[in-house]
Amino acid sequence: MFRTVKELVELAEQNNISISEVMICQEMDVKNKTRDDVMKEMDKNLVVMEKAIEESLAGVTSVTGLTGGDAVRIQNYMSTHTPLSGPLLLDAVSKAMGTNEVNAAMGTICATPTAGSAGCVPGTLFAVKHQLNPTREQMIRYLFTAGAFGFVVANNACISGAAGGCQAEVGSAGAMAAAAIVEMAGGTPQQSAEAFAITLKNMLGLVCDPVAGLVEVPCVKRNAAGASLAIVSADMALAGVESAIPCDEVIGAMYRIGKQMHPSLRETGEGGLADTPTGRLLKDKIFGAIG
Amino acid sequence: MKFNSVFDIIGPVMIGPSSSHTAGAARIGRAARHLFGQEPEWAKVHLYESFAKTYRGHGTDYAIAGGLLDFETDDPRMSQALDIAKEKGLSIEFIEEAGKAPHPNTTRIIIGKGDKQQELVGISIGGGKIEVKELNGFELRLSGHHPAILIMHNDRFGAIASVTQILAKYEINIGHMEVNRKDVGKHALMVIETDQNADSDVLEALKASEHIINIANISN
Repeated sequence: MFRTVKELVELAEQNNISISEVMICQEMDVKNKTRDDVMKEMDKNLVVMEKAIEESLAGVTSVTGLTGGDAVRIQNYMSTHTPLSGPLLLDAVSKAMGTNEVNAAMGTICATPTAGSAGCVPGTLFAVKHQLNPTREQMIRYLFTAGAFGFVVANNACISGAAGGCQAEVGSAGAMAAAAIVEMAGGTPQQSAEAFAITLKNMLGLVCDPVAGLVEVPCVKRNAAGASLAIVSADMALAGVESAIPCDEVIGAMYRIGKQMHPSLRETGEGGLADTPTGRLLKDKIFGAIG
Repeated sequence: MKFNSVFDIIGPVMIGPSSSHTAGAARIGRAARHLFGQEPEWAKVHLYESFAKTYRGHGTDYAIAGGLLDFETDDPRMSQALDIAKEKGLSIEFIEEAGKAPHPNTTRIIIGKGDKQQELVGISIGGGKIEVKELNGFELRLSGHHPAILIMHNDRFGAIASVTQILAKYEINIGHMEVNRKDVGKHALMVIETDQNADSDVLEALKASEHIINIANISN
């Protein structure tokens, strides 16, 4: 069983297999299941992701009314304008936000690695899909590659905002997506690791400061940031750009920064954006002055 | 390692909005319900740190209620669980604790029915994954990802051997096992995570075994 990204990449290189294949084999081994079982189980998650995006593009609004409709807004803009950031990137942004709009509206989503950060992995997948034309199996593999990296983060650091801030959630999710894009685009296992490191480095220090303690503001738009950074980092890694700090050390830094973060910035809804005049006003409006 | 499956990372499929505060909370509630063995009449839910600060925004309250009603994380009734609990006569009180807890997402759930009562401490460690840390004052470690059998027994020699022999006879493999006790020679708790679900034959055989007081089964 791999414990670090270094071990994960070595396993892939030594056996001349992909990161996703390492993860699939480990899952079969740990759960004593067949390849078919494991692939089918992941396909179910993929179906949930696809449905959530479809639901968001039909338009959703959260119970509080704070979020919803932006995924559609962006798609409408794209149909009449050429986006400055490029159609693929903005499509990913729209679908990442859409997934989290569905989450905020208490719809059904697949946590990747968490619900608050559930947009990054599917958002990027259903955007790069139009350019890379993957098979269904390659789409399932995308989730195993993302999962392999998330597995290392979860076991060596943390993936919850309460433990490590948003860097642990959207930071991890964006980085997982970057690694998965690289594999789907034909990059090497090491390039996946570089893309992961580059993304997470740029998310370090990001706090979890949800307004009114909801998973809406700023969570939905942070998924937009995670998804776009994932695509940029994947392109950088595919171009041969390397991270000066190795992937595992970046994960270690993320963990220590999370530990150093004040509790008001770790999913308590007390600091940061939650503690702005507007943030407090929204909280009062939603939960009443006592809340 | 805390996480041993890719589906801990890519998953669970769940009703939003938070994997730790909603899906994880539901799983803790469901673990409490299963260990209790029946639907409780009342529940006192103590919430600590991040759980206490954000439970209303994150739906932790309805998620725990849903868990106590035996809902899965993706049950479409999840967000109405508080109303459903009320309709079914399950009264739930939420208590925001100001004190510190070992983990920022900690809840202490006390449930009861008639003269039976149970106290459980659970933590939600991220991505919907939970650990049950304490049951009726016994410290324990239960991932919730494998079937498990919890056995309250007298702290006597032979008690453990008789249990493992029964499991061996029914071809149930033990993945992880712990024994805890508060005082030597009194009550002890065996926590056994298994690879296979134990069916009613196995549980009956265990119950009939010497020194066994109570058994709770968590199937997967």
